[in-house]
Amino acid sequence: MTAWSLARKANRKRTDAIQKFVIYLILIAGAVIVLFPFLWTFSTSLKTPDQVYQIPPQMIPDPADPLNYARVLVDRPFARWMLNSLFVVVVSTVGTLLSCSLAAFAFSRLRWPLRDKLFLVLLATMMLPTQVTLIPTFILFKELGWINTYFPITLPAWFARNAFYVFLLRQFFMTIPLDLDDAARMDGASHLQVYWRIILPMSKPALGVAALMFAQFKWREFLAPLIYLNRTDSLTAAVGLRTFMDETHGTDWELMMAANIMFMLPVVIVFFFTQRYMIQGVVITGVKG
Amino acid sequence: MIRGAKRAPAAIRHGLNFRLTYKQSEALSGILMAAPWILGFLFFVAGPMIASLYLAMTRWDLFTPPRFLGLDNFHALLTDDNTFWLSFRVTTLYAVFSVPIQIAVGLALAQMLNQKIRLLGMFRSVYYLPSVLSGVSIAIMFRWIFGTQYGLLNGALKLLGIDPISWLGDPSIVLFSFILMSVWGSGANMLIYLGALQSVPTELYEAAEVDGAGSFRKFFKITVPMITPVIFFTLVNGIILSLQEFQTPFILTNGGPANASLFIVLYLYRNAFQWFKMGYASAIAWIIFFYVLVLSLLVLRSSKAWVYYEGSLKGRGE
Repeated sequence: MTAWSLARKANRKRTDAIQKFVIYLILIAGAVIVLFPFLWTFSTSLKTPDQVYQIPPQMIPDPADPLNYARVLVDRPFARWMLNSLFVVVVSTVGTLLSCSLAAFAFSRLRWPLRDKLFLVLLATMMLPTQVTLIPTFILFKELGWINTYFPITLPAWFARNAFYVFLLRQFFMTIPLDLDDAARMDGASHLQVYWRIILPMSKPALGVAALMFAQFKWREFLAPLIYLNRTDSLTAAVGLRTFMDETHGTDWELMMAANIMFMLPVVIVFFFTQRYMIQGVVITGVKG
Repeated sequence: MIRGAKRAPAAIRHGLNFRLTYKQSEALSGILMAAPWILGFLFFVAGPMIASLYLAMTRWDLFTPPRFLGLDNFHALLTDDNTFWLSFRVTTLYAVFSVPIQIAVGLALAQMLNQKIRLLGMFRSVYYLPSVLSGVSIAIMFRWIFGTQYGLLNGALKLLGIDPISWLGDPSIVLFSFILMSVWGSGANMLIYLGALQSVPTELYEAAEVDGAGSFRKFFKITVPMITPVIFFTLVNGIILSLQEFQTPFILTNGGPANASLFIVLYLYRNAFQWFKMGYASAIAWIIFFYVLVLSLLVLRSSKAWVYYEGSLKGRGE
């Protein structure tokens, strides 16, 4: 009996070890598959036009040509596009944080007529495919003369258009005890002061996660800038990247890849420094960024 | 002026009491603080939805006044427009394959990472990385990787002695390439499942081990049932997102070859912003809306049979 269970234990240990080994093998192979396109993109971004079309392809270009990056920034308005994107991200993130946290406060800590019904409406808007509102919204902004301005892609953020963040912040606000509000109210604070002086400072982690998720979403937003911006100077980087593709003259792959690396870099850097919070945010809300 | 100053406080004292009760002031604050969202909802959601419904029943090229057609646009789309049906088919096929594969791969990765693994954090970050990047960036990378002549993938296949494949140029292969690329981004699901796996009570596994259950039994009999609510969520979310796929086909193939990767939103975009058929495009938008709605409801209906909610008696076998 004991001998048998000992043998079984040893056996199990061995299968465990083999299992672990296989798991590592798969995980490493998977990581290589995930990372390879980035390495390949980086490699291409350092090539000369001749090297780009070399067969078999060179993984490490020799000689490397880092000047592609300068070409993208100087010969093409890519620096301008990155600044445009940054502007759009900052303006709309501030707007989203303010408008969504105000609404979240109203929905979680104040009693007012129709509140719960409206919250159901809000939840429903989260599921709504954007295509349904796309065309009339486009016409509205066009009639206002806002084509080629940043209003269409920043203004809705100031009106909590991305209702998901109201939901996210409301969930967090609900975890803060209501006694705090009552105590502050006793001391003569207004609702607005409770919001600004007590709830917001206590919600920095949630606000941070919301800001990161929204900024990331806005940085890569594509369809809206595509239809609202068509002057070369005013493009955002996500849309500008596309202009490197040229069906008639052939694409300058090395330049496009250099631009792509520069476009991805800020997001990757922010991700690596904040991933602890981001991952928490994704796990808590169960929603992709 | 002096007379007025003297009389005003009296008026307030007697007739008009402007002081709100606590309840009223709370309600007022609530409405004012929710006002940005309420206005945004009216101007950017409800209003456009109504307008969109009207536009869907018109023919409008932006330049001449819209002409009311009733349901003609829908009729034409559903009975007469082969391109629409093609795009419907392309989008559906993509969703049917890419969503379950992404769930399976995400779950497998999460299960492998949910053990005593060295460098767990590194693996997790690497697998999640594609999800933080822009679809445009990824599409650009893959356009280059999928290249027939100079692409990396065919270069690798050549080493194995396989002839070059026209990943994006062959109508019968292009959708497969899209699905392949979507699998590359399964890390988003992985992260969600990993969080769920960590909340499965360990007692369940211990009990199963006492009963002599192996890893596979434990995975399919405990792990999967316990995280079905999260799988359900990623399934619905995956369907909604994949039916609205736009930028990837726009960058990767622009719908080609021979419309074999013409996703439905890309077709909407062409109608609206290239051909200025605003009414027709609005009708497509509503069909997408209903399609998403119907599929979500179907999944929701089916969820009673396979999603396990702790605390509910359902799922434990009647």
